[in-house]
Amino acid sequence: MSIRGRVWKYGDNVDTDAIIPARYLNTTSEQELASHAMEDWDATFAANVQPGDIIVAGKNFGCGSSREHAPVALKASGISCVVAENFARIFFRNSINIGLPILECPEAAQATEAGQTLEVDLAEGTIRNMDTGETYSAVPYPEFMLALIEAGGLIEYTRRQLQTEG
Amino acid sequence: MSNQQPMTMAQKILAAHTGREHLAVGELVDVNVDMVLANDITAPIAINEFARLGVDRVFDQERIALVPDHFAPNKDIKSAEQCKQMREFAHEYGIVNYFEVGRMGIEHALLPQEGLVLPGEVVVGADSHTCTYGAVGAFATGMGSTDIAVAMATGRIWMRVPETLKIVYVGERQPWVGGKDLILHTIGLIGVDGARYQAIEFTGPAIADLSMDNRLTMANMAIEAGAKAGMFPPDDITEAFVRSRAQRPYRTVGPDSGAEYARTIEIDVSQIEPTVSFPHLPSNARPLSQVGHVTIDQSVIGSCTNGRWEDLQQAAEILKGRQVHGGVRCIIIPGTQEIYLQAVRAGLAEIFVQAGAVFSTPTCGPCLGGYMGILAAGERCVSTTNRNFVGRMGHVDSEVYLAGPAVAAASAVLGYIGGPDQLPEADA
Repeated sequence: MSIRGRVWKYGDNVDTDAIIPARYLNTTSEQELASHAMEDWDATFAANVQPGDIIVAGKNFGCGSSREHAPVALKASGISCVVAENFARIFFRNSINIGLPILECPEAAQATEAGQTLEVDLAEGTIRNMDTGETYSAVPYPEFMLALIEAGGLIEYTRRQLQTEG
Repeated sequence: MSNQQPMTMAQKILAAHTGREHLAVGELVDVNVDMVLANDITAPIAINEFARLGVDRVFDQERIALVPDHFAPNKDIKSAEQCKQMREFAHEYGIVNYFEVGRMGIEHALLPQEGLVLPGEVVVGADSHTCTYGAVGAFATGMGSTDIAVAMATGRIWMRVPETLKIVYVGERQPWVGGKDLILHTIGLIGVDGARYQAIEFTGPAIADLSMDNRLTMANMAIEAGAKAGMFPPDDITEAFVRSRAQRPYRTVGPDSGAEYARTIEIDVSQIEPTVSFPHLPSNARPLSQVGHVTIDQSVIGSCTNGRWEDLQQAAEILKGRQVHGGVRCIIIPGTQEIYLQAVRAGLAEIFVQAGAVFSTPTCGPCLGGYMGILAAGERCVSTTNRNFVGRMGHVDSEVYLAGPAVAAASAVLGYIGGPDQLPEADA
């Protein structure tokens, strides 16, 4: 599975209040959440993000609250993938669980600039910068997580398991 | 197995919940959980995802807690709808531990008080501050709503066995230095990702006599260093707190001697002053003597971090016979109805109202910029809450300074950030 998109670049410690401010957590509407994505961090994001765009960020992306609304808002806004130096653990789980592709790759995260185009091969875990021609390898997923991703997220994975268990 | 490797507290508790003799760090395991938690902003997604699983019951009606605390009492129509969805789910599935407004409290103050989270247990909650229960010796960790949907249905969830950071506190604590100051100092030292993916064990002679309220404050903020869990190995203080409250039998679990730690750090608490974390990260910690002159518009005393009895007592000790500064809104929020009643009976409520402070019903409200104390552009708040991210308590151009209840109460009187020692004598 290959993804191609334009880069939004952010720094370290992008917290979940930055991704979706708590004042909007009185809804579960994905489109409404998406309309406020990144609002307090980057007021231009929600109006300009295009389907397929990719977020590239520094360390500890998604730190703070456990709100699943954060990856939901990014996914619904059209973001196809997040590449970061590393992720906060609850955001990591949430993204895998809801099927938002995320890749840990310090080299790509550091070298990529806003507005560049990346091509990401999720199966191979490779990230290619179309502007510079550089290719990077992301930290591979453990086998169990690949199974989660292949199933389409935790709910689908668990549903199949429950059916097998009868 | 006789030659078994010694294990950390996290390894031991998780092993006991996977039916394994031994678990190695890094293993991915399916863990049985003792208690599952969600609130009015995380439960709606969990309930929607639960419906997709195609099951017709929850794994155990007594081991799920649903608490409307974030935007409750309902702050607006949308919040009312979310609370209603959770209430109806609780009713439909026979959830015993649903706490209605009037009986509820801030979840992480309420569950330990009610004896619903116990030593040696595994607790998962759709709230990042679920790690609070490490204070009573549980392995407790925050997750997202989809994880919690699966845990509600199956009583199991996948986890990676974490490495452990051991923190040893030594030395004598200075006056007015409590759990909040210790944890802000610690996060300042190791950073907001200093314990990312790790469990923390809080240990050492300097915290051996630390009260449960102060331990709950410290464990609560383990997540602000990126930790998966933050635990106090159980001792007499744990036992004294839990014994009369426990709603189930429990088995205390501490670390093995000789367990392997990713890192051990020693912190000399005699060097720690009352501590303030500047905007916009909890790790921007400064000793009070280096804060400078920071005027404030608001002081919030409450939250899952510092809304407990001893926090209110400390605030009352400082506010008694004094007046909140004319330029400051001081908002005091007890963690639970029980604490609220205790504050009324002991005369604390009167002290707060006489001082010119708000004394509110329990709610998370202002901590996450929900309601009950939102900041306008350019305003500053000193707060006993846990996060000071951009826009956390309101406008994107407002600022939150994190501190303990002593500094928050003293600052409310002073009109700028300061400690109890800077206050003039109180009226008799």
